[in-house]
Amino acid sequence: MTEQLPPGLALQKVDERIMTLNVGPQHPGSGHMRIIVQIDGDYIVACDPDPGYVHRGEEKMAEYRNYITNIPHLERPVIHDSCNVLYPYVLGVEELVGIEVPERAKYVRVIASELNRCIYTMYWLAIYGIFLGHSTMFMWPAGDRELLIDLMEKMSGARVTHAHFVPGGVRNDLPPNFEDVCLRQVNYFEKRIKEYSAVFYDNPILIARTKDTGILSREDAIRLGTTGSVLRASGVDYDLRKKEPYDVYEELDVHTNVMKEGDSYARSKIPWLDMLESCNIIRQALQKMPKSGSVRTKLKPNPKGKGLNSVYKRVESGRGSLGCYIVSDGKTEPYRLKLSVGSFRNLIALPYLLKGEKLGNMPSVYWSLNYWPVEADR
Amino acid sequence: MSVIAPKFKLSEFIKSLLDNVFWTVLILSLIGIPAVMMVLFFIEMPVINGELLTPFLALTWIADPSRILPIVHAFMATDIFRVMVFPGFGFAALLAAGTIFVERKMLAKLQLRVGPFYCGKIEGILQLMGDGLKLISKEIIIPAKADKPIFWAAPVLFVAAAAAFVALIPVAPGWVVADVDLGLLGVFAVIGFFPIITILSAWSANSKFPFIGGIRALFQMVSFEIPLILSLLGVVMLTGSLNLSEIAASQSNFPWIVFLPIGAIVFFITMLAELERIPFDLPEAESEIVAGWLTELSGMMYGLVQLGTYLKLYAFAALFVVLFLGGWNGPMVVPPFPAEILTEGIVLGPVTANIPGLPLFTQEMLNGTLWFVLKTVGVIFFILLPRGVFPRIRIDMLLNLGWTKLIGLAFVNIFIALGLLYAGVLGPGGLQ
Repeated sequence: MTEQLPPGLALQKVDERIMTLNVGPQHPGSGHMRIIVQIDGDYIVACDPDPGYVHRGEEKMAEYRNYITNIPHLERPVIHDSCNVLYPYVLGVEELVGIEVPERAKYVRVIASELNRCIYTMYWLAIYGIFLGHSTMFMWPAGDRELLIDLMEKMSGARVTHAHFVPGGVRNDLPPNFEDVCLRQVNYFEKRIKEYSAVFYDNPILIARTKDTGILSREDAIRLGTTGSVLRASGVDYDLRKKEPYDVYEELDVHTNVMKEGDSYARSKIPWLDMLESCNIIRQALQKMPKSGSVRTKLKPNPKGKGLNSVYKRVESGRGSLGCYIVSDGKTEPYRLKLSVGSFRNLIALPYLLKGEKLGNMPSVYWSLNYWPVEADR
Repeated sequence: MSVIAPKFKLSEFIKSLLDNVFWTVLILSLIGIPAVMMVLFFIEMPVINGELLTPFLALTWIADPSRILPIVHAFMATDIFRVMVFPGFGFAALLAAGTIFVERKMLAKLQLRVGPFYCGKIEGILQLMGDGLKLISKEIIIPAKADKPIFWAAPVLFVAAAAAFVALIPVAPGWVVADVDLGLLGVFAVIGFFPIITILSAWSANSKFPFIGGIRALFQMVSFEIPLILSLLGVVMLTGSLNLSEIAASQSNFPWIVFLPIGAIVFFITMLAELERIPFDLPEAESEIVAGWLTELSGMMYGLVQLGTYLKLYAFAALFVVLFLGGWNGPMVVPPFPAEILTEGIVLGPVTANIPGLPLFTQEMLNGTLWFVLKTVGVIFFILLPRGVFPRIRIDMLLNLGWTKLIGLAFVNIFIALGLLYAGVLGPGGLQ
């Protein structure tokens, strides 16, 4: 009887040619996780992603806090995308508690979540740039991200962890003159990210490095359960903002970006196209938003869920479908809370994609999966 | 800004100097002067104005300041000055330090950053010194399973090889450390040492990431040495000499880049690969293999490798200048030394100072150095520029580029040179 050891500790009989590399958890190209890579020369024969280094038990913690005090800690998995992480939770609690959201609050939520999607994607793009050795593409998105962070600071008061969404609306109304400032900043931001194509996406070396590497076919993308930009880069037209519109997305004209190639290049380009689309959505939302009105339906202190009840809501986050399953047993705390995140579902594709690739393709394929280690571990 | 940067007060600085002046004078008089005397006693002294310079006479400049310049002249004629100071190590290290500063500031401007700012009063000009001090003061950690003698020796060897490369570069007419007839062959020989040192360092670290990085560096350097050598054959054919000084002198009318642009381009690309600079920095690709073959180097061992890398960068840029851009040749822009100072001396009011030993440098030498430095700085700028524009390429693309495209282009370049030679347009020694 052989005891089953965790991967990486097990003694394996391998060919002498094969070298096992532990990429991470302390490695510039891994993030908060470990990728156990077995290489034969320059080719990867096997790859075993090993997440779990930043598990914080968010789901268990949520069972000991009431519906309001859950807000600040549930946004921690992706602090750059905090509005989108809170979105399904807030939608679910609204259904459990049974309150209506004012029309203006719905538009403010859409604007905040699109701004947050851009903020997250810029951070992701910066790291994608430095993973490919392109230091300018690290600095530019990291700097231009500040434009939107300033907007979010004006809107919510905090630069990164906003805790802005609450059941019943948003925490604060928009500051005066926000619409003009937002329109100006977003227009400038759009002009700025269009310049990235010249230095990054149309760069011949980048195209030669990422085209036709790590190809995920349409069938595999569906079979493996990937979501978000990874799924759309493989030719599947799937965007929850369009397929299952929540809040006011059905009143807005949302265009879904789809590419058929399914390679690293397409996976890296889809988030960039999505950012341009986000700018369009923000402009539409600013136009259609009611100019005045309440942004928050006040809840009673310590709201309780209605009886034994469960609700599952999902939204399109920066990394794909992000679902929140809440079970209530009529108390002030959720009985059970489960986050179903896009990062973890996209990570499953990594061993399939890296098999047979060259070691030099590992960073580009890995990060093109739009994976955020902290969110996957929760 | 002054919140973070410590307040610098000149008066306190002078006070601290005065506090130490007693000990400085004591140490100098007890140890410094006897040491200088010992050194001067044993080295062979030159002849100045018909009299042999003895250690005693060498120190007479303290009593007679007008003797300084002849002594400096005599010192400048020695080999040790050439190796340590002017065309050799000191000059190259100064340019390399300038390169690091320019690289940081230029890259920062390109990326909408500020770059080094606080260290030193002006634009972080002393940042490199701070980094050097930090590296010196850090502990050197050797991996337990490393092959220690080789691991220790590799950084030193790296700097030594880079310095040997620098020694072959002619800066101005007659100003070269090693003026050998087979200078270009010597350059090839020195370049051939770098992959060996790299793989020795990587292998002796006994660690996986350095090993992969070392193998990558070996692949890269060995496969790019062939187009490197082939791209320079055109210049050798047209010049008819392997002596770098003669090659530079032969371009007094036209630099060879006018006739051999393909060779210059091939040499420039191979140069980037030999220097492991972006887009060819695969041996140090951080997102794949941490820092490549430098991963296990710590403290000043890493600092030495960086020093060697930048010396190598200067040497390659200078080689490009000597072979393709005409070396020190250029219009005479330095004014001649005023002749009345030589004949009449400097008139300072009532006193007329007759200074023997002037001029210290000839007009040709200053002009040549000026043009050489300007051209070298220009080439270094173009070496630095891709870092802000290109991502890193992959090893298979690199080998494909080296073995198929660059070698083919190098042969085209050789045929162009042969055509020019047989058509009688150009021949050994320059324009016919």
